[in-house]
Amino acid sequence: MALEATEKSPLGKAIKRKEDPRLIRGQGRYLDDIVLPRMLYMALVRSPYAHARIKSIRLDEARRVPGVKAIITGEDLAAANLAWMPTLAGDKQMVLAAGKVLFQYQEVAAVVAETRAAAEDGAQCVEVDYEPLQVVVDPFFALSSEAPVLREDREQKDNHIWHWAVGDQGAADEALAKSPVRVKEKIRMPRVHPAPIEPCGCVADYQKSTGKLTWYVTSQAPHAHRTVLSLVSGLPEHLIHVISPDVGGGFGNKVPVYPGYVCAVVLSLQLGRPVKWVESRSENIATTNFARDYHMTAEIGATEEGIVTALKVSTVADHGAFDAAADPTRFPAGLFSIVTGSYRFPQAFAEVDGVYTNKAPGGVAYRCSFRVTEASFLIERTMQSLALKLGLDPVELRRRNFIRPEEFPYNSPLGWTYDSGQYEKTLQKAMSLIDYDGLRAEQAQRRERGELVGIGVSTFTEIVGAGPSNTFDILGIKMFDSCEIRIHPTGKAIARLGTRHQGQGHETTFAQLIAHELGLSAADILVEEGDTDTAPYGLGTYASRSTPTAGGAAALAARRIRQKAQKIAAHLLEISPDDTEWDGIHFHAKGLESRQVSMVDVALAAYTNLPEGMEPGLEATFYYDPPNLTFPNGAYIAVVSIDRGTGQVKVERFVAVDDCGTVINPMVVEGQVHGGLTEGFGIAFMQEIAFDEDGNCLAPNFMEYLVPTAVETPNWETGRTETPSPHHPIGAKGVGESPNVGSPAAFVNAVVDALSPHGVTNVEIPMFPWKIWEILSQHHLAR
Amino acid sequence: MFPEAFAYYAAHTLDEALDYVDQYGYDAKILAGGQSLLPLMKLRLAAPAVLIDINAVAELTGVTETDGQLHLGALTRHSTMEFGCWPQHPLVAEAAQQIADPIVRNRGTVAGSLAHADPAADWGAVLLALNARVEVRDKHQSRAMPMREFFIDTFTTALQPTEIITRVEIPAPPAFGYVGGHYYKLERKVGDFAVVGVAVTATLDQGGRVLSAGIGLSAVGTTSLKATGAEEILVGQRLTPELISEAAQVAASESSPFGDRRGSEEYKRAMVQVFVERGLLAIAEGGSRVTVHSA
Amino acid sequence: MEKVESRAEVPVTLTINGETRTALAESRTLLAYFIRENLELTGTHVGCDTTSCGACTVLVDGVPVKSCTMLAVQADGHVVETVEGLDKDGVLHPLQQAFWDNHGLQCGFCTPGMLMTSLALLRKNPNVTEDVVRHAISGNLCRCTGYVNIVKSVIEAGQKMALEEV
Repeated sequence: MALEATEKSPLGKAIKRKEDPRLIRGQGRYLDDIVLPRMLYMALVRSPYAHARIKSIRLDEARRVPGVKAIITGEDLAAANLAWMPTLAGDKQMVLAAGKVLFQYQEVAAVVAETRAAAEDGAQCVEVDYEPLQVVVDPFFALSSEAPVLREDREQKDNHIWHWAVGDQGAADEALAKSPVRVKEKIRMPRVHPAPIEPCGCVADYQKSTGKLTWYVTSQAPHAHRTVLSLVSGLPEHLIHVISPDVGGGFGNKVPVYPGYVCAVVLSLQLGRPVKWVESRSENIATTNFARDYHMTAEIGATEEGIVTALKVSTVADHGAFDAAADPTRFPAGLFSIVTGSYRFPQAFAEVDGVYTNKAPGGVAYRCSFRVTEASFLIERTMQSLALKLGLDPVELRRRNFIRPEEFPYNSPLGWTYDSGQYEKTLQKAMSLIDYDGLRAEQAQRRERGELVGIGVSTFTEIVGAGPSNTFDILGIKMFDSCEIRIHPTGKAIARLGTRHQGQGHETTFAQLIAHELGLSAADILVEEGDTDTAPYGLGTYASRSTPTAGGAAALAARRIRQKAQKIAAHLLEISPDDTEWDGIHFHAKGLESRQVSMVDVALAAYTNLPEGMEPGLEATFYYDPPNLTFPNGAYIAVVSIDRGTGQVKVERFVAVDDCGTVINPMVVEGQVHGGLTEGFGIAFMQEIAFDEDGNCLAPNFMEYLVPTAVETPNWETGRTETPSPHHPIGAKGVGESPNVGSPAAFVNAVVDALSPHGVTNVEIPMFPWKIWEILSQHHLAR
Repeated sequence: MFPEAFAYYAAHTLDEALDYVDQYGYDAKILAGGQSLLPLMKLRLAAPAVLIDINAVAELTGVTETDGQLHLGALTRHSTMEFGCWPQHPLVAEAAQQIADPIVRNRGTVAGSLAHADPAADWGAVLLALNARVEVRDKHQSRAMPMREFFIDTFTTALQPTEIITRVEIPAPPAFGYVGGHYYKLERKVGDFAVVGVAVTATLDQGGRVLSAGIGLSAVGTTSLKATGAEEILVGQRLTPELISEAAQVAASESSPFGDRRGSEEYKRAMVQVFVERGLLAIAEGGSRVTVHSA
Repeated sequence: MEKVESRAEVPVTLTINGETRTALAESRTLLAYFIRENLELTGTHVGCDTTSCGACTVLVDGVPVKSCTMLAVQADGHVVETVEGLDKDGVLHPLQQAFWDNHGLQCGFCTPGMLMTSLALLRKNPNVTEDVVRHAISGNLCRCTGYVNIVKSVIEAGQKMALEEV
């Protein structure tokens, strides 16, 4: 049973969440719950074509629809110099189609009306004449000389966006050439979508009298959104107030700025009335940022004993019509260079080419630190192939190649310094939890009976907490984060952070962390995020960065308060600050524990009874620039069986042992793991946005974009090892995304393990029954 | 997402409903459960000018059983069939609990699903297997037809625009035997339409000989299908592995699936075979779902 | 409600969480929006447009219904229950308490629908197994929790409700 928030010394304890009482009563305040006086509703006109020139747009009929107040098109925006907006990846994106459309469902016009229904009626009556153009769906074709140039706005006249490479190519090639054992796999991670249950939306409220824009928006990064909006609109930044209310899930989907947001702002500026835009689920999946869509090839070299010698990776990244990823500036392929994983590769080289196609723009980090899921999936899948080739148990192969505990900090050949880990111990724990040896014996017996049973292992290392200012920025803004704490006279406090939670439980976990530092309880601390007029600047919540960055800021802000508090305590105890000691709950005289004062006593004194000359008050702000990233890791083991008649895969068991460093709230950590595993399961088995050859999106809603229900979802078994990060103020690493990063490979490795005695080495995700059945059929296993 | 504007007329009697359909014909749609119609209207893929709500028509509600025969009022919800207790029709509840999701089943109706005539829907196959009859009427007269005459094409039925389905009748299984029935639905997740659905039912005499057999197929043709060839093979025979295998092959050959993102034509045909085989094997082996039927 | 012409607004009266309320609606107004916008009970959420997600689940005459797939005019004269009606005089319903105790929610957006579906389930029979709960909530999508703690919460709430009945 979880503990109450009044618990003392709360760090590491399962404290019940402080956000829950309002959410379980239906009193959360989400974006669409916001209704302002004289508010108008906006709907978007979208292109039915994936690539077409716009010949004309006729608005007469739409304007006649009862309730319609205004309509804007790309031409109107161009006149205001707002036709394009910057993406968080340094590209630019059309707000409303400027002359042509580049993907199906692209935004063409925005209609504002008195009601939701009237806005939709109006949008339906906008008539657009299109001249269809040749559609480019395949990124490899996009790179060929026969492909039409999609982005005519660029100086570069092809569909290649960027080339990014890391590592020593010559050395990697040479090491591979010398390796007696080599495996090569082509691995694809299809286009998927985060699809939080709350879609994206905003209410733009511009007051002409004050010149102030209040912008309510489903945002994981409200400060970044404020700055981007200021840059796009030219509005002074201090007159933009961004409020991100309760957010109904994000998973990366609510990091970017979307055309609908900009249109709502423009229309509010134009009309002087609040404008609400909330996308439908179809609009969410078909147009707001997708993730993955990586076409990867990996080659591993190894000795005959199974010691890895080199890794070489090349990848084509399909970004759709605009590179609208939210990657740090220097990392167009994110942190994909974590691709050497948990293993001691002496040499490695990775390169990625970004490509434009006629698909919706992206791709965000969907429940993963920038492109880390892709990297993890690739290395964990290819290690499976190596184990098969060598005839080694996948566990044994991993053991032979793990970075050892004494080797940390470990410098990877692709440039990262891993902070800490006990990979062998973590794996061992997962193996004991699932009885790995017993399972292998059982598998052998079941195989005798003709059953197809597989055991899949994934021992991944993540890289999160972007990031240190010397390396990481988005649009030039360094990726620090922040916390401001104010202790009130009665010993209660408010803490504000630059992050914005979407279900991760910050109102509880950050309260626990701060309370622990200050000798208070979580109940004493109100945590507030998402209001840019009150919270200090920060880059937001995504890529598992909140605890590594803002969490560090919170701990250090609290310690800053403690420093001052120690002086006040000394004053109260009538001793010197040097003779004052902090025991976690109280300040007391060194060697005399009975003479003590609490933080509550100190708080009151900070406003009523200060040492001579001290500035009143008890508060601190800390902008934390992390010295390094953190490297959460885990060992996952999946057991599957395959129905030989239908190709259906049943996940019989799944054990996840995570090491995310110091744990603030084990209940919340476990919840994060459950959720991430479920999304990883969805990605492995059913989630995919496919397109036909005309660029039509084949999964634009929850009927075709399949997310798991409680029935398909396995019952997750979890465990933990705890290896603190040596550089983080409390040793925490971040956990929200590890399970989504590590699990897809475990599922696929299990299916491959089931089929490998019959020569199968790869299965493409999502592993729909028909795909498995075709493999069964080819290998004469179907019955 | 809002539907386009429409007029809403609620009928309280069957006569009133029939007057409305008579008056508005093609411009109108019947609103029963609305679980297919309203989503289509929200997506603006359907925009009827008039909705005729029949939910308050008492004559169309209720399920009655007479001598083993089931009479389903047109407003019978999927959940009613899921939780009802009709031991002589084991197929019905097993199929009902696989339709859409539990909340949709509380609103969606058997007759509405039939009228919508999506070949991937479940009731078509089940009711074809059970040799059900559909009773429809317009303002002037009532007529009834076997299920297999009801489906004309995808989303097209024998129902005229001035007609309403009033009742579905599921005949009693033959007396003095064991009845078994199973519905296999291959879906990618709960809430999905069938990739392939197969309804199998059979009544066996004391000696294990097949007195009657029914096989219905979902999502493997332009309409729900009845595998009559396979049914004929079974009648009068014992359910030996060889016979079961033969019937399954024949049923597969009677299907005419299209390849799509849910599977190739070959795959879907193979699934028909797999499920017919599994269904017949389960019936042959008895087990908990097989109930004794006494006259 | 007898006849509502296209685009006309008519008064719709229903009993919601024990209170009789009337507001104007068009024929095309969906019950979910009527509850959220006309009756200003925003605990009922809308998460999709294909009747898939179940975030909008309310009870109509005690039966869970996706309120985005029912017209407001169809609810005229009926009894509707939403998440706002669960706690009584500030005391949490056992389901709410169990969701809180067991970390059965994260972002909270699907939670009202989950609670209402589970309420109808446990009223029928509070003694439920994991399998029963998983099937019962399979019309309600959650992207945060992986369902494990939701299932646990519902089972625990059922045990408490069974004791209260006795």
